[in-house]
Amino acid sequence: MRIELQKRARVSTLFSVLSPLLALALTLLFGAIMFWLLGKNPVSALYSFFIEPLLEVWSLHELAIKAAPLILIAVGLSVCYRSNNWNIGAEGQFTIGAITGSILPVLYPAWHSPMILPLMLILGMLGGALYAGIPALLKTRFNTNEILTSLMLVYIAQLYLDWLVRGPWRDPQGNNFPITKTFQIEAVVPEILSSSGRAHWAFIFAIVAAVALWFMMRFMLKGFEVSVLGQSERAGRFAGFSARRMVWFSMLLSGALAGLAGISEVSGSIGHLQPIISPGYGFTAIIVAFLGRLNPLGIIASGLVLALTYLGGEAAQLSIGISDKVSRVFQGLLLFFVLSCDTLIHYRIRLIFSGMKTGEVKG
Amino acid sequence: MFEAILLTVITASTPLVLAALGELVTERSGVLNLGVEGMMIMGAVCAFVAAQLTGSPYAGILAGILGGGIFSLLFGFLTLTLVANQVATGLALTILGLGLSGQIGEAFVGQPGIKLQPIVFPLLSDIPFFGRVLFSQDLIFYLSVALVIGIHWFLFKSRTGLKLRAIGDSHSSAHALGINVIRTRYLAVMFGGACAGLAGAQLSLVYTPQWVENMSAGRGWIALALVVFASWRPWRILAGGYLFGAVGIGQLHAQILAQNLGIVIPSQFLSALPYAATIVVLIIISHNRRTTLINTPASLGKPFVPDR
Repeated sequence: MRIELQKRARVSTLFSVLSPLLALALTLLFGAIMFWLLGKNPVSALYSFFIEPLLEVWSLHELAIKAAPLILIAVGLSVCYRSNNWNIGAEGQFTIGAITGSILPVLYPAWHSPMILPLMLILGMLGGALYAGIPALLKTRFNTNEILTSLMLVYIAQLYLDWLVRGPWRDPQGNNFPITKTFQIEAVVPEILSSSGRAHWAFIFAIVAAVALWFMMRFMLKGFEVSVLGQSERAGRFAGFSARRMVWFSMLLSGALAGLAGISEVSGSIGHLQPIISPGYGFTAIIVAFLGRLNPLGIIASGLVLALTYLGGEAAQLSIGISDKVSRVFQGLLLFFVLSCDTLIHYRIRLIFSGMKTGEVKG
Repeated sequence: MFEAILLTVITASTPLVLAALGELVTERSGVLNLGVEGMMIMGAVCAFVAAQLTGSPYAGILAGILGGGIFSLLFGFLTLTLVANQVATGLALTILGLGLSGQIGEAFVGQPGIKLQPIVFPLLSDIPFFGRVLFSQDLIFYLSVALVIGIHWFLFKSRTGLKLRAIGDSHSSAHALGINVIRTRYLAVMFGGACAGLAGAQLSLVYTPQWVENMSAGRGWIALALVVFASWRPWRILAGGYLFGAVGIGQLHAQILAQNLGIVIPSQFLSALPYAATIVVLIIISHNRRTTLINTPASLGKPFVPDR
């Protein structure tokens, strides 16, 4: 048996919508098999993984907390990937954004002013953007592969944070724990509905960013420029678009959003800096971007789905005693299925059984 | 002292050399597999688990090779049969590999591993200065050197190697000449996976004989950079691999040295050195656009759908 592809005359709108759903269904099916192999009842395992976290209000708040950084980072990445710039170092930009954003509360803990939070968010965005500017500079100036440089910078950023919180920024009253002082109340991103749960404004930032970028991609010249340069740099040149400027634009934009995600997470969810501030949001956001088909509105939905895998992992660990590493397997599987289902959008797939010649198959 | 340092450099370099060699063959066929890190960690966990279950590190080596090779088939199926985006699929392979290996190895965390013992060549290893370094090493080291020679011969002296390079430079022309592009690429991807798996086996059987989650620590990515550094030539991989390995070991010794001299250098800064060095090396290698263009396989990363 062979699998053959036949290019569709035009992109299939049906499969553009169906492919992410198909990918989700396949992931759930494989998940069920995996739970069964682990000796768990697949139905109840999937229930506690994907349904239980949605049944309580506080838990929905947690979902928003986890979805916020994923959506913020992923919408930025979608612009990068659409313009063919492969920034995979969002985890590093997230970390640096968290650090630069924390400069004020860590160094001036006694400064009580409503000015502090906006300044922190701006500093976080600046830090993330500057850090993403390194691979952009190297790509435009030295022709260096941005995939490798942006990834190497992740390790460097994490080590830098580790040094800061164990060294100069460590709280002297912190019982020797590698953490900074807890941020003053003015430096904490406020909760949206504090009566029912912890969800804070980062989720609003994420929705606003997604809608704004959707508008840009759909209705503005810049969005058109992104798509054209991504599909054919040559065609873009004829239209007078500069690929070099696009490297800068997409990298700085995604870096700034990752930085905003970083400082919001540290300020809103953690309250201080510590050696590990992210369960891999920067990498999971890559999956979010693809599951959302690189469309900012789709990314809101896919961000919520992947946030659920984090929550489900924690819940399943407590209720049925499986390791939280299962959630990372789910995330990896999901990306695989998304990428394979996307083939259906551009190609017809047919199975050729032995004994049949290619030419005999018509349709 | 010097000999001891050299031995540790070799041990640290071998996984880089192996993984980069495999990726070199894959990329020479025109396929960019960014999943080296994922295949490596799968090799590491398969090797460790197999060695623990059978008690034989050699069964571990075999499991590592098979683990990496079979895992790479996932990438092959998506990018070659389903023509999915190679960059994204490679990332998917890494993400899935890191997750799956954590899951598989969970029961084995903290268990003392079985170290692969060196094979000593009786007379040769007595040669002063380099005898012990070169001739009392483990099987994986010998394999890595043999692979450098073998791959060089294969790519530049054999007919099949010529075909592989032709596919990498222009898959449409190769297809028109009647070469089976997809099959060759499948084999090249699997070879890359097997090499990355072997590199992983070296990590969990020789370098640090135990299972630690994420123990590949970015080595797969460094191996990818190494292929660029080597401008797709096997011998340069050997040289570059040892250079990168030496930076990694050098920073460990620098930490001890600094401590003894009473100089305070934060350990994190030194740990960041291999990653920073990779960036610097990439800048030096890539800044000349013309030579980069000449060296890079022309079809690298481009999807291929045979027209019928």
